[in-house]
Amino acid sequence: MDGLFTAEEWQAIGLSLRVACVAVAASLPFGIACAMLLARGRFPGRTLFSAVIHLPLVMPPVVTGFLLLLAFGRKGPIGAFLDQQFGVVLAFRWTGAALACAVMGFPLMVRAIALSIEAIDQRLEQAAATLGAGRVAVFLTVTLPLALPGILAGLVLSFARALGEFGATITFVSNIPGETQTIPSAIYSLIQTPGGDGAALRLTIVSVVISLGALVLSEAIARRATRDTRP
Amino acid sequence: MTLTFEAEKRLGDFVLEARFTSEGGVTALFGPSGSGKTTIVNLVAGLSQPDRGRITLDGEVLVDRAVGVMLPPSRRRIGYVFQDARLFPHLSVQSNLSYGRWFGPRAGRWGDFGAIVELLGIGALLKRRPLDLSGGEKQRVAIGRALLASPRLLLMDEPLAALDRARRAEILPFLERLRDEMKLPILYVSHAVDEVARLADQVVIIEAGRVAAAGPVGTVFADVAADSETGAILTAIVHAEDEIDGVTLLDHPAGVLQIPKLGRRLGTRVRVHIRARDIALAVGEPGRLSIRNRLAARVVAVSEQMSDVAVSLDVGGEPMLARVTRGAQRDLGLAPGLAVTALIKAVALDER
Repeated sequence: MDGLFTAEEWQAIGLSLRVACVAVAASLPFGIACAMLLARGRFPGRTLFSAVIHLPLVMPPVVTGFLLLLAFGRKGPIGAFLDQQFGVVLAFRWTGAALACAVMGFPLMVRAIALSIEAIDQRLEQAAATLGAGRVAVFLTVTLPLALPGILAGLVLSFARALGEFGATITFVSNIPGETQTIPSAIYSLIQTPGGDGAALRLTIVSVVISLGALVLSEAIARRATRDTRP
Repeated sequence: MTLTFEAEKRLGDFVLEARFTSEGGVTALFGPSGSGKTTIVNLVAGLSQPDRGRITLDGEVLVDRAVGVMLPPSRRRIGYVFQDARLFPHLSVQSNLSYGRWFGPRAGRWGDFGAIVELLGIGALLKRRPLDLSGGEKQRVAIGRALLASPRLLLMDEPLAALDRARRAEILPFLERLRDEMKLPILYVSHAVDEVARLADQVVIIEAGRVAAAGPVGTVFADVAADSETGAILTAIVHAEDEIDGVTLLDHPAGVLQIPKLGRRLGTRVRVHIRARDIALAVGEPGRLSIRNRLAARVVAVSEQMSDVAVSLDVGGEPMLARVTRGAQRDLGLAPGLAVTALIKAVALDER
């Protein structure tokens, strides 16, 4: 296996997987919360809230990356706060790459989950309430399990988005081998380098394989989850 | 168990403004579709909130808009069997049944899992998924699920309406056993006379969002009968089965009733639904007739209707309504206090 890729390529592959997994895992709780609000919430400013969540989907990734840099950079308001209070630095670190990926994949995740929550028959939740389940219990035992197909779809979409994320990442955390150089950044560097085409192609194939694998896996899980609940 | 209900709710053009009390047993909310029956049970369950009003159960205030009390449904311990079962599709029948056991205080818990499963005849379904069940099976599981949450009161919103005749016949006996063996107070919504007649002790008639009448089932239906088909709902005891003639004999204070063979245990209490037009009246000994059912009755009131005369009768303590022509009324001299014999065709009787 060692002969297949160079150490740098392995580094990019490992980093990409790590960044994508952390981005998806960290944004899932927020994704479910926002999806709940979007699907069920009736509050003033709901339209604006929805627009803000969907913004990264329509803005140029470079703009998103630059906004992240302004907010989370060492001199940015949030970045400075995190640095002073917790000693956490995101700019030009792999954690920053994860943040960029999470933000870029967030609208896709929220959308998928919100759609599946909207499809849930709320009369089932009423039935659970008459059986003694409080609001939290209803959410955990009825809403969440029934939204599972949407949650899985959201996970896969945002995972794929994270693997492919380039613009926001390179703007926010640059392209540092071993720290922030994910597969897309590595491919970008390689095609800039004379004789790097072969390596770029190998990483491209890796990228395709990982994405396909994620899709197939999610399909399989979703089919298992829906088999018993859909007519 | 005492449920007091007094609430107003506006839903678009529809206004519900109802007040009634239920003192245990089976209380039927009876009325046409869209009259507000479901709105009432939803208010009792806490699934919706009245604009004004107060609902109490055994002295505990469930809702009181005047002081801003609104107990959430999860804390009311009121079971609800919906028209459309509403089983959780992601859980097995077993998990559906035990769902309510996870919540609520251990102290107020009643009802043994095995006993309820046996009562409803759903033991063979436990491993199945709700989607694989027939309508009747789903409804029985829904009833079991509601019972196993140990409710103080059970709401049933037309639990048989979505089922065909055969399935209804399959479930009705379970509901009777529920009433007789569990002693659980039930608020039963229906627009089917036969179900109400068979199950309910008390009936509250709802029309256009208001209570039109309320009281014991026999009395209320007789009052309403002035413009309906129902002649009487009699409670009788299975007395004997005649294998040769294929009939069942029922004991009623006013005489013996013969009906097509029922196949019920002797001593069982049954209700018999008789249409007003299947009742004929005779003064004195009727002589040789093919009609087998002859009940001693006394005329309570006579009222002239548009096309005929409605004769209210007292039959062994239960109300009965017969319809006769004006000529017949004159000939027989039907007047309050007169002793008559009510003749009912045997074939017109069934255990509806």
